[in-house]
Amino acid sequence: MAHMTPTPVLDPSDDKTMILNMGPQHPSTHGVLRLLLEIDGETIVRVMPDIGYLHTGIEKTCEAKFYQQVVPLTDRIDYLCPMTNNLAYCLAVEKLLGLEIPPRAQWIRVMLNELTRINSHLVWLGTHALDIGAMTVFLYCFREREDVLRLFEAVAGQRMMTSYFRIGGLALEPPLGFFERVKDFLDRFPERIDEYENLLTQNPIWIKRTKGVAYLSPEDAIALCATGPTLRGSGVDVDLRRDQPYSGYENFRFNVPVSKDGDVYARYLVRVAELRESQKIAQQALEGVPEGPVKADAPHVVLPDREKMKTQMEALIYHFKIVTEGFTVPPGEVYVPIESPRGEMGYYVVSNGTAKPYRVHMRSPSFANLQSLRKMCEGNLIADVVAAIGSIDIVLGDCDR
Amino acid sequence: MALEPAVTDIAQLKERPELACLLAWNAGAITGAKFDRNELTLWVDRTSLRQACLTLKNDPQLQYNALSDITCVDWYPNEPRFEVVYQLFSIPNKKYLRLKVKLSGDDAAVDSLVPTWPGANFFEREVFDLFGVRFDEHPNLTRIMMPENWDGHPLRKDYPVEGYR
Repeated sequence: MAHMTPTPVLDPSDDKTMILNMGPQHPSTHGVLRLLLEIDGETIVRVMPDIGYLHTGIEKTCEAKFYQQVVPLTDRIDYLCPMTNNLAYCLAVEKLLGLEIPPRAQWIRVMLNELTRINSHLVWLGTHALDIGAMTVFLYCFREREDVLRLFEAVAGQRMMTSYFRIGGLALEPPLGFFERVKDFLDRFPERIDEYENLLTQNPIWIKRTKGVAYLSPEDAIALCATGPTLRGSGVDVDLRRDQPYSGYENFRFNVPVSKDGDVYARYLVRVAELRESQKIAQQALEGVPEGPVKADAPHVVLPDREKMKTQMEALIYHFKIVTEGFTVPPGEVYVPIESPRGEMGYYVVSNGTAKPYRVHMRSPSFANLQSLRKMCEGNLIADVVAAIGSIDIVLGDCDR
Repeated sequence: MALEPAVTDIAQLKERPELACLLAWNAGAITGAKFDRNELTLWVDRTSLRQACLTLKNDPQLQYNALSDITCVDWYPNEPRFEVVYQLFSIPNKKYLRLKVKLSGDDAAVDSLVPTWPGANFFEREVFDLFGVRFDEHPNLTRIMMPENWDGHPLRKDYPVEGYR
């Protein structure tokens, strides 16, 4: 292309500095993130992230699928929080359609979303501690994560790529005994968080590696489009669950943890506090799940129950039509942001009135948050880059899409 | 909740504080408005985009101080072909606003927002990479997702889903 320029390779600005390549295959980059570091001795002068190794063109693929066929694709963006991605996409299409979701489905969605947040934060905590050198936490976190994944398997038949939400509600009623299992897990979980905190929060080595490291000021965080715990760790009080309630979050009582310090330790404290809040929200959702259907009353959009499909002619026809030719969505556009474990996950969906989305854009939190890395690292030591990456909690699948 | 028809008349929407603020600043720069599904969209002339964003950011009431997202929609074969879509967010008021800029296919370029929000950097590089829309005064307008030697811009509508074989 005429206006293309070659990759700007960082050239050492003077003889004192050198270029160090980090990644894409590096155990602490959580996927395939490549960083070009210009260093002066042990000090970072410049950082340039190089991404795109996991780009799969999901946005383009979406344009060739029916609306309901996009749901499984959304899992594969961010494999640590499939349910939040499912939810954001479903909410966007439901808003385009003007669909009302039954309360039972909304509450189960909230409960599963908070379990997803627990799942994602546990992976973050384990790997982040592992990067900095605390091995034990990883094993403890993955023990509880296994419990959450078993719950997902029970409800969706899948541990990671759940695809459990549907446009108009849920795929199925949760299986018998599911709520008891969730309750069992939630009752156990608070003391497990204490266990992690016992290992880290007062640990002098942990504090030395994280306190005052990779500072991000609130002004910089806003200017660099940071969201989620990265933004709240810098003292900016934004949480879309409270500020732009979706899926019935306005019915739940929870705190939004904020820390003013803006360093790795602050982001750690915010996420650990979020684990406790998520447990509370999930508990409230579990105790208050209303009775009723889990699918909206919209036969042209929502697949009928198997039983009805086999016995009623009309249901059979709807089923056949939805599966073979999809359903049309009134023209328009919506942007639906939700609070994913990493920050603002926004779906911008444009419909032109056909059965396939004209454009689906995912505003992914990892992609935006990664820009803060530069501010966090420049002037600091090489060893702290690993702590900074871990504290942003990036998932490269989410970043590259 | 049944869908209400979209309101697309600037005169009907001029009570909205966002639109009123921009009209008071420069009525000629606003080329359209839409209120649909509880979301407000404003079309801004491409030469005044940066100033419009600054006006919304610095307005003491509105305070749209955060940029949430930048993306693009390709309306090929219609002209003007591209619509660059900006989602602004006001952290004090917790409100979203969508700005749009229409660009023709043969001269797809708009001012970069990096001077206002450094975080626009990656978003604009992504739009450049996947749509071929240029952002003037961007500090490093290079491909971000696709390899450097890639041919074409994959999210354009005239680019086949399977790619060129």
